[in-house]
Amino acid sequence: MLIGVLAMQGAFREHQLMLSACGVDSRQVRKPEDLNGLDGLIIPGGESTTISKLLADYGLFEPLKLLGKEGMPVFGTCAGAILLAKEIEDSSFERLRLMDIRVKRNAFGRQLESFEEDLEMPVLTGGPFRAVFIRAPHITGTGPKVEALASYGGRVVCARQGSLLAAAFHPELTVDRRLHEYFLNISKCPK
Amino acid sequence: MAEKGTWTVKTGLAEMLKGGVIMDVTTPEQARIAEEAGACAVMALERVPADIRADGGVARMADPAIILKIMEAVTIPVMAKVRIGHFVEAQILQELGVDYIDESEVLTPADEQHHINKHGFGVPFVCGARDLGEALRRIAEGAAMIRTKGEPGTGNVVEAVRHIRLVTGEIRRLANMPEEELMSAAKKIGAPYDLVVKVASDGRLPVVNFAAGGIATPADAAMMMQLGCDGIFVGSGIFKSKNPAARAHAIVAATTYYNDPKILAEVSKDLGEAMPGLEIAAITPEQRMQDRGW
Repeated sequence: MLIGVLAMQGAFREHQLMLSACGVDSRQVRKPEDLNGLDGLIIPGGESTTISKLLADYGLFEPLKLLGKEGMPVFGTCAGAILLAKEIEDSSFERLRLMDIRVKRNAFGRQLESFEEDLEMPVLTGGPFRAVFIRAPHITGTGPKVEALASYGGRVVCARQGSLLAAAFHPELTVDRRLHEYFLNISKCPK
Repeated sequence: MAEKGTWTVKTGLAEMLKGGVIMDVTTPEQARIAEEAGACAVMALERVPADIRADGGVARMADPAIILKIMEAVTIPVMAKVRIGHFVEAQILQELGVDYIDESEVLTPADEQHHINKHGFGVPFVCGARDLGEALRRIAEGAAMIRTKGEPGTGNVVEAVRHIRLVTGEIRRLANMPEEELMSAAKKIGAPYDLVVKVASDGRLPVVNFAAGGIATPADAAMMMQLGCDGIFVGSGIFKSKNPAARAHAIVAATTYYNDPKILAEVSKDLGEAMPGLEIAAITPEQRMQDRGW
């Protein structure tokens, strides 16, 4: 299995380290041809505006949208979740619009409000998941095909729609591999 | 209970900035140009380093009104600078809610002996370093991100190159050292032993390390990335150049595609004049910003 990690900007190294800890090969994706032969793709945290501009300038939006629609599993964390969303509150920058969710950027506030918290995630066995939220978004609306996987203070912070997975927090900044393993299971048998 | 201001949260924001460009801005308009060009964060200040160098006198934290206006103008993280050792300027910036504080040699130091105890703050700090010992002293004081000092406001990359080569060279040396030599190495570079042991075993700094101080072109940015930096600070290099928007955009692309000469050649075209450069030898020792702090 080969998982691509979008490497325009952000914490792509941490996702690759996590994949390697899961025993899976990964490849950095910066150009359309890097998408060939992938079994899944991770869009890391970073600055969503920066990543969006680079995706547009270097011709990655259309091939990514196509692959997503064809059913390639995609996991977006933080900025990655924003880029997956159909709607972003108060922002008009280009995104993939693959997932039927609405997100709000910097929903918890600036860096001083960034936090860590144990989340209950029924789809993961083995107890709560330590989630790291950094200037994090949250999911303010979900379509009928979207399943909420975790919430914090009544706000949805992790969701799945078929082979697409979005988390407002950063599993790659911890040593807990369970959410990555959950995504890899989706990638083994998409849909 | 949600825990704020943890080490993971502080270093985590720096991880999210990696592969990106942080640009010095002095007005909300410049901040918007930077954001539009793809900056991953901006540094809000009153004057860029080249002007501070030209004006002389004491350089201090920017007026909070300017910083707040810049924070309102953009959605990306906003950093701001305090003088080395000036913990009250840092308290003020934390109160304003800036996302990162740069305890910076670009401003006139407030304390010649002591840097700020950065563990006492919820907001994360970035600090400059010329070598591994200096980087690890700052990390021990609580810096959650490091940058090379270079020589700010010169448009001359030579000092930034010297500093990153020193840091990476010293890391390689530690990584190849037998364990019993690490204590003596720690003493020699003036760094805490536990951090020296960690660097030796990981083969890298425990926090993100950006390049700063003299980066003026897309090629400079890509060179610093190829030398092992995690991202780029551009101070005077953008808004002291002829066409800031085009140059900012090109430096962002060069930081992502740093290993792709074809793209680097493309983005380097038609940018207009770069900022005027300064030969390091032409700077008197008192005017060298990198020697501020220890």
